[in-house]
Amino acid sequence: MLTEGERREIEEEIAKSERKRAASVEVLKIVQKRRGWVPDDLDELAATLDMTPDELDAVATFYSLVFRKPVGRHVILICDSVSCWVMEYESMREHLSERLGIGMGGTSTDGMFTLLPVACLGACDRAPVMMVDEVLYTNLTTEKIDGILEAYRRGNM
Amino acid sequence: MATIYIDNKPYVVKDGQNLLHACLSLGFDLPYFCWHPAMHSVGACRQCAVKQFRDEKDTKGKIVMSCMTPAAEGTRISIDDPEAMEFRASVIEWLMLSHPHDCPVCDEGGECHLQDMTVMTGHNYRRTRFPKRTHRNQDLGPFINHEMNRCIQCYRCVRFYCDYAQGRDFNVFACHHAVYFGRHRDGVLESEFSGNLIEICPTGVFTDKALKRHYTRKWDLQTAPSVCVHCGLGCNTIPGERYGALRRILNRYNGEVNGYFLCDRGRFGYEFVNSGQRVRTPLMKNNETGALEPATKGDVIERLSHILYFGANVIGIGSARASLEANFALRALVGPDRFFVFDETRRRLMATMIGILKSGPARTPSMKDVASSDAVFILGEDVANTAPMLALALRQAARQRPMQDVAKLKIPLWDDTAVREVIQGEKGPFFIAAPHATKLDDVATETYHAAGEDIARLGFAVAHELDPAAPPVPDLKEEALLLARRIALFLKGARRPLVVSGMSGTSDSLLRAAGNVAWALCKTGHDAALCFTTDECNSLGLGLLADLGDGYVSDIGKAFALAEKGKLDAIIILENDLFLREDISRVERFLEGCGHVIVIDHLFSRTTGKADIVLPAGTFAESDGTFVNNEGRAQRCFQVFVPEGDIQESWRWVRDALNAARRPIQWRTFDDVVAAMAGEMQQFEAVAEIAPPAGFRIAGQKIPRQPHRYSGRTAMHAQIDVHEPKPPDDADTPLAYSMEGFEGIPPSALVPRFWAPGWNSVQSVNKFQEEVGGPLRGDDPGKRLIEPTGGKEVPYFHEVPGAFVPRKGELLIVPLYHIFGSEELSVLSPGIAGMAPHPYLALNPFDAEGLGMNAGDEGEVVISGNTYRLPITLMASLPQGVAGLPSGLPGLRGIVFPAWAKTGRAT
Amino acid sequence: MERPLTENIRSDGQPVGIEEYEKLGGYQATRKALGGMSPQEITAAVKNADLRGRGGAGFPTGIKWSFIPMGDAARHPKYLVCNADEMEPGTFKDRLLLEGNPHQLIEGMIVSGYALEADLAYIFLRAEYTLAAKRLGQAIAEAYAKGYLGRRILGSDYSLDLRLHLSAGRYICGEETALLNALEGKRAIPRAKPPHPQTSGLWGKPTIVNNVETLSNVPHIVDRGAEWFKSLSHTDCGGTKIYGVSGRVKRPGLWELPMGTPAREIIDLHAGGMRNGYGFRGVIPGGASTEFLLEEHLDVRMDFDSLPKAGSRLGTGTMIVLDDKTCPVGMVLSLETFFARESCGWCTPCREGLRWVVQIIDAIEKGEGAGEDLDILEGQCRLLAPGHTFCALAPGAVEPLQSALKYFREDFERHIKEKGCPWR
Repeated sequence: MLTEGERREIEEEIAKSERKRAASVEVLKIVQKRRGWVPDDLDELAATLDMTPDELDAVATFYSLVFRKPVGRHVILICDSVSCWVMEYESMREHLSERLGIGMGGTSTDGMFTLLPVACLGACDRAPVMMVDEVLYTNLTTEKIDGILEAYRRGNM
Repeated sequence: MATIYIDNKPYVVKDGQNLLHACLSLGFDLPYFCWHPAMHSVGACRQCAVKQFRDEKDTKGKIVMSCMTPAAEGTRISIDDPEAMEFRASVIEWLMLSHPHDCPVCDEGGECHLQDMTVMTGHNYRRTRFPKRTHRNQDLGPFINHEMNRCIQCYRCVRFYCDYAQGRDFNVFACHHAVYFGRHRDGVLESEFSGNLIEICPTGVFTDKALKRHYTRKWDLQTAPSVCVHCGLGCNTIPGERYGALRRILNRYNGEVNGYFLCDRGRFGYEFVNSGQRVRTPLMKNNETGALEPATKGDVIERLSHILYFGANVIGIGSARASLEANFALRALVGPDRFFVFDETRRRLMATMIGILKSGPARTPSMKDVASSDAVFILGEDVANTAPMLALALRQAARQRPMQDVAKLKIPLWDDTAVREVIQGEKGPFFIAAPHATKLDDVATETYHAAGEDIARLGFAVAHELDPAAPPVPDLKEEALLLARRIALFLKGARRPLVVSGMSGTSDSLLRAAGNVAWALCKTGHDAALCFTTDECNSLGLGLLADLGDGYVSDIGKAFALAEKGKLDAIIILENDLFLREDISRVERFLEGCGHVIVIDHLFSRTTGKADIVLPAGTFAESDGTFVNNEGRAQRCFQVFVPEGDIQESWRWVRDALNAARRPIQWRTFDDVVAAMAGEMQQFEAVAEIAPPAGFRIAGQKIPRQPHRYSGRTAMHAQIDVHEPKPPDDADTPLAYSMEGFEGIPPSALVPRFWAPGWNSVQSVNKFQEEVGGPLRGDDPGKRLIEPTGGKEVPYFHEVPGAFVPRKGELLIVPLYHIFGSEELSVLSPGIAGMAPHPYLALNPFDAEGLGMNAGDEGEVVISGNTYRLPITLMASLPQGVAGLPSGLPGLRGIVFPAWAKTGRAT
Repeated sequence: MERPLTENIRSDGQPVGIEEYEKLGGYQATRKALGGMSPQEITAAVKNADLRGRGGAGFPTGIKWSFIPMGDAARHPKYLVCNADEMEPGTFKDRLLLEGNPHQLIEGMIVSGYALEADLAYIFLRAEYTLAAKRLGQAIAEAYAKGYLGRRILGSDYSLDLRLHLSAGRYICGEETALLNALEGKRAIPRAKPPHPQTSGLWGKPTIVNNVETLSNVPHIVDRGAEWFKSLSHTDCGGTKIYGVSGRVKRPGLWELPMGTPAREIIDLHAGGMRNGYGFRGVIPGGASTEFLLEEHLDVRMDFDSLPKAGSRLGTGTMIVLDDKTCPVGMVLSLETFFARESCGWCTPCREGLRWVVQIIDAIEKGEGAGEDLDILEGQCRLLAPGHTFCALAPGAVEPLQSALKYFREDFERHIKEKGCPWR
């Protein structure tokens, strides 16, 4: 069931679109913004776009930043592309995995973090980089990562 | 025409084609996956690569995809170029990286396009050592088995299901090598064309779940050219038999009729042939116990001889699901004036329909013509449920008008993605006037939901708007008048307008209104077509045979009247359950007064329960016969296998009865009956030419029903006899019950299966066509029996009905058709039975409110003294004062529609 | 040295606001174009300026525009789309323009839209550029408020709406036809060309798709003329170029320099050369889908025509340096993993071939390589060629691979022979 707020935001988004279906990615993100992910029951959401759940899911599952599985409270997108790779991405990933106790695609047992790879974040001069939710963190070091995780854990972010 | 050069040899090809189409049509073996002749090119699989050269001097060339490259004048390509060959083999190598090596346990094995293309490219050595990607499968319902690991991602399934058939509960999910074809979640596929996935899929992802329950390899199936018996469209099929049971139905390409596709009722409806309800031996009533008991053929013939020789007054009831030959034979036995067909309503509708088609200038379209129409007006017909494949053709028609704009942009029409991008789901003019919402409404420009009379009035009004000489409609409501003007405007602007109506509306007025619209278009200079649906596989044939004109009124009602006079000695009922046709109590009374009741049929029914003699008839798979489809196209259906015991063709039972009555008749073979019929009845002259006669041979050989790789013929009966039995003779046709015979391409009407060297799958149909996607070699089979007279005078109908007036205290009960459930034979297939709805009564919500009822409540409706208690379904699109009952469902049979009935809460 | 694209970008990291932009001469090109130039004059100026597409392919922008139907012949609505889906690994130049000077892009779109008689413009922005999204959103609102966007811009007859579309990942969205499908709310599968977007683009209507840097150049061309623009370049290809360097150099970053600046100058002078303790081994000059260059190639001019002579491409002009302490096999594995993951799944060679390539390189890197692996990889490089695949993704993907197999072959062979990565 969509909430009143979701429904309102979805309607606004659709109204801005030239055609209903064109809003599909935005509408998926509206739900994701509030719930962290897009739950399986797509019928009602698809109906707002005059789509079937199959049609909407075909779109949803294509895009890497539409999450069709539950994620943690914060999503860490770590850039694994070439510049970051050259600049010690692997150490950063291993450090994150160790600190969070998860591999790529995993969610920490406390439900705080989900770790995902992401395509080049376009900050290659400040590699290695990662995003947590909507914030970009650059020139990562293991110490810096510890600080960032700690800040989120403490709820400072 | 354009000259192209393939490996330096010139070839002349038609303009506007792509190279793959051209090469295949020229007979070259060029592998492909994603391209499909009905769905065209998208360039996804990269399998059809060839080398293209700029000119004679260009020796380097470049690899292009033949499906995406125009066969323009002067194009130079090489198929045999080593680099192109290497690339084509590489495409297979890529596909094989993840394709499981499970051919021996795969249902597609032996008729797999992927196997064929693999062999064709020469790829045969596995170089990868890495794990294959795997998927989870889905339960897609009773018809389709899903095995995603075999997928080669050609996108054909989703292109057929979503783009061509416009189903919306199937799609492609995920990305990169994880792409997945299926549903958002497990569940029954909603499209009535889902079975085509079996043939569309080039490998074993989507296979036949019904076949799986009684699996047989293609090479072990005995097959013959056949015609679908589950509606009036006459789609061409290939049934396959093994061990005396039908195993599956495949499409048999006919460019004019069903093309590459079938509906699910046609594909999965065959299991009545194998069902426990089959009559397998002659039966006679034990005069002491009153029970039907098995009897020998000799005994029943003797009994028949008594009845018919001494019986002065014998009548026959023909059947719209029996062949022309069976009906003709019965008519000959009882005499034309004692031969009755159709119930009263259908007889009237059929007479009107044939009258319109014969007397006016509008031509009946083939389904190919339907698909190329650019404006459509449907009157009173729920096409998706009454004539499903027509609905598929109409969906293509809805694209024709927008396609004309695509051509202006110089985008070739075979560039499917580009075409769809320009069209953007836009639909051409498409109007549906029906008593309720239909499954085609999504393509409609406008819909009009009203009672039959009001739909007819709309039609008459459209005709009047087109041509003032057509009668006006008095007191037409403003809304309907404006709609009529819009419809007329769009039809007028079309190049090939089409009017559709049919029998399911149960109204003459509808047919007449449709006739007027089509005639008005013809008269005003349009190439208009008029398509009537018919309810059974030989309805139109029976109509033509029975001469429904002014001469005599030959429906069952007339027979009832005769019986009431008490003069009948016997009645012979051909392949018919009268309890489906007329009111049950009338039929009961009638059969009581008929003297001896003789039933020739293949299924037990309420009618056989009243019989003194039941003669076991062959089904379509066990008989040869001619059926006339709604287009007026007579088509031959060939016997697939020889049934056990005394089962024989209906016409042979009639022939035996004639002999028993000591009216010896010289019909030895099927051709004899056809010749007699063609000789006696001018309208059937062409029937003898539909297919070559039994004596036809190629190089002295018959056409084998069994493939050249048929296995086990010496072993399959070894538990009975170790000697190989002599194959049964077939004196009726040029086909043989054997694997020996002519292995090449026979005349199109005789093609028992599509199979060609190197092409083991259904894709081998390419080799049987004059041009891929075009007519079969020697033209598509079937002969049209009705052509418009072409007279200048347009005999408009002037009987405009009055507007529908709801009654107080009664509702008009109209039939609601269900593709799965409304047809008597197919519903005996377990898969189809499971998809049939439970009986219900559909009410407009306002009517329901007036009756104090809600959805799910038990309602009661009294029709002709019979009381039906049914759960209520609310159907907002039904007009007020009209209620709907599902047609033909067990428990709701024998209702004569439309009927005024008292309706209320169950007491 | 003039730096028209970046000279106004603030050093404090804040965006140039509309008033500051106007003060610096912004929206003068809009006034000039809408006030007296015909659409054809603008297209001619862009053509004469030798502006070539900065998204990577380097197609002449004016010529691209000239294929769009104009006047009564055109179907409407017509669209102008800005490709701001910067996701080519190693590429970070558009981020600078989007975050630093959004009005420059917006003005570029207004002027270009006018030249194309476009009715509606979109900026297709990748989802992760959250700061750019915020700043663009604000800049668009400012431009509307000041009458630079919307009905009858600055009192002229020209109207243009501009919308910002935030994507949801997938590198393939940067392919211009896949981008159009994404904008339509579909799966971002590329389309076959022809028909080109100019004929049938967004919703089947005439459409032009240009890169951020390309469009940001347009106001300057209109403002100061084609001759001036050409004079900015060292070569035949007009204007400046934003070059970037990442990897183990002393000062990774971006610099707007004359088009055709030699690679060595960019790496050694602007990026300060290699970090202490690291030696130079090679460079991918223009984003992930370009071929490696070695030390011996570094005097090549970084422009669309010169780099192919050295065996590579300008691409996005952002270089990724491979140092002598980094495993080239691992680096190529990272690149190919990216491309295989970002394949849209439409055509066989890309979907299956790149996955196989990754499986093989991964095995080699893990020390599980087999003798025939390098032959297979070379074969894949040959087979995944332009025209063989549906779009340019896979051919681009094998560019770094085939050059790595050529230049760093001994590294691959050592992995196989020593059954492991010598760098670990």
